[in-house]
Amino acid sequence: MNRTLANPSPADLLARMMLIRAYEEKIVAFHAAGPFPSVCTSVGQEASAVGAVTALRSEDQILTNHRSAGHLLARGADPGRMLAEVMGRQDGYCKGRSGTLHISVKELGVVLTSTIVGGELSLAPGVALSRTMLGGSGIVACFFGDGAACEGIFHESLNLAAVWNLPILYIVENNQWQAFVHRKETMVGDHIAPWAASYGIASRTVDGNDVEAMHRAALEAAAFVRENRKPFLLEAWTYRQRGHMEPNDQSYVDPAELESWKGKDPIDRQVARLLASGALTEAEVEAMRAEARATIEAAAAFAAASPFPDVAEVGEGAYA
Amino acid sequence: MSTITLHDALGQALAEEMRRDPRVLMFGEGVATKRTDLLEEFGAPRVRNTPLAEGIIAGTAAGAAATGLRPVADLLFAPFLCFAMDEIVNSAGKLRYMSGGQFEFPLVVMAMTGAGWTVGAQHNHNLEAWFVHAPGLKVVMPSTPADAKGLLKAAIRDDNPVIFLSDIGLLFVPGEVPDGEVVVPLGKADIKRAGTDVTLISYAKTVHHCLEAATALEAQGISAEVVDLRTLKPLDEATLLASVAKTGRAVVVHEAGGPCGVGAEVAAILAEKAFASLKAPVLRLTGPDVPAPSSYVLEQAFVPQAPAIAAAAAKLLNSPALV
Ligand SMILES: Cc1ncc(C[n+]2csc(CCOP(=O)(O)OP(=O)(O)O)c2C)c(N)n1
Ligand SMILES: [Mg+2]
Repeated sequence: MNRTLANPSPADLLARMMLIRAYEEKIVAFHAAGPFPSVCTSVGQEASAVGAVTALRSEDQILTNHRSAGHLLARGADPGRMLAEVMGRQDGYCKGRSGTLHISVKELGVVLTSTIVGGELSLAPGVALSRTMLGGSGIVACFFGDGAACEGIFHESLNLAAVWNLPILYIVENNQWQAFVHRKETMVGDHIAPWAASYGIASRTVDGNDVEAMHRAALEAAAFVRENRKPFLLEAWTYRQRGHMEPNDQSYVDPAELESWKGKDPIDRQVARLLASGALTEAEVEAMRAEARATIEAAAAFAAASPFPDVAEVGEGAYA
Repeated sequence: MSTITLHDALGQALAEEMRRDPRVLMFGEGVATKRTDLLEEFGAPRVRNTPLAEGIIAGTAAGAAATGLRPVADLLFAPFLCFAMDEIVNSAGKLRYMSGGQFEFPLVVMAMTGAGWTVGAQHNHNLEAWFVHAPGLKVVMPSTPADAKGLLKAAIRDDNPVIFLSDIGLLFVPGEVPDGEVVVPLGKADIKRAGTDVTLISYAKTVHHCLEAATALEAQGISAEVVDLRTLKPLDEATLLASVAKTGRAVVVHEAGGPCGVGAEVAAILAEKAFASLKAPVLRLTGPDVPAPSSYVLEQAFVPQAPAIAAAAAKLLNSPALV
């Protein structure tokens, strides 16, 4: 898949979302089949990832959090190398040193997947400072969750980005949950976007389950950051359709809330839109789903065939 | 040769490295206000004041280092590093390894610590061993202006994150610094005084206390060697082992508290690798396991002083079985 899509069509956006869903469903299937490394899936949040990442350019850089498979795949990461990393194999992007929770891909400009909640927020200003001082038009996209916005480092990061005029597009994926705690218990008010005003940063909230709306909003926000060399905060209003991590546990989730959000599934919505407009037929949609699954099956086979890292090297690589 | 303070030696190192490499920049709370000479020469983009927010200062250093700059972050007093532990330990220290070597973190975090200004425990805490325990970091703590200059230059050139701790008590003590390029390699201890009967192992201000003790011991006919570790990670095991192979006795001295401190590490290395040479147990003289006090007399009592060091060394020679 291409690294960046210059002008992704509505069907391109759908295809990338389907790839992410197929990837996450494969992880779920691995868990159903037996012990497998714990993974935080992004099922239900594909529109936010695809809409935002496809609004970036190849010179832009990305920092993200533990729920990063969508961001990586939307950027064009190889699902085989991602699964190899999840499975602790040598062909993983980080040679089995990171696992699912910390995949970085330098060649795609993905500087960090942080599982320290807020780690991406702490490094983003420095990455943007490099962009500023070393030249070029690149900007930095920093993805994080509503939970991370409750960390002190969120506020430090926004304040510094504002006073230093750093080109950072902050994208908060407000998926209503912060691990096992609903955001209603941790925040007064529903949204993160208004908090940006305290730092003099412009912001907006967008329907993060509508991939086209998300893409348009991200394009505008990225253009603002690129032209003004200033931060912007975009809040994607979305939902984590599965439990915090696999194997799945949603015993603590209000079933009515879950059902209501499943009714706003981003892939179903885009499919319905494209069927209604006549852009795609049912058969074409099914063919797209099948292609995504086939890609992921091949990726899983690649990962499973990849060797484990050489244990003799366990003590190497911490230092340059 | 010129005689300057450790503080000014650090300033020289910063200026020389910023002159040499345009990727080097410096930031921290008040850096641009206090280092006006650097600000004038290198300009505001490379010498920056920051908000009062140690976490994001260190995180910014890590992010900048990963993507092509070589930042030096000044976090002022060592206890303030507690606000930056995540960024230093979880990001700067770990992410080279965790990324499978894709990213490197050439940065320096500077901080001051140690007795001398009666500032009390929220400004004075010798927590260097915490960073020694964290993978991916290097840790430096010099005892002289010349070493400070040379080690800071080496730290800035190093492709790993380096925690550079300056002893407050030494900051304004003058010392000789050679003219021209001074680079002291990281990971190399220095024999500050040669001797044959006992090795006094230390770093930062207590190196000077060891030197004083060595003079006192000489009067008693005891020849003490003083090893200045200079870099606490990586530790120069070869120099330590060679010295103890010669003397057969060692006293490790530091101002930081004892439990799991650098002295414990040194003693363990000597027990594992120099057991056959040892004629007596390895001793540790450390600060007590309490927060650093403020009152001048308490602060001085907190730090191992020369008479206690000399007494410990003499005891090792005279009645090793009793120590
Ligand atoms: C510093 C830190 N605290 C706690 C955790 C445990 N934890 C992992 S993910 C998570 C929830 C994060 O919520 P949010 O930022 O909203 O992201 P989401 O999982 O919803 O995508 C928590 C509490 C952690 N990994 N790091
Ligand atoms: Mg959340």
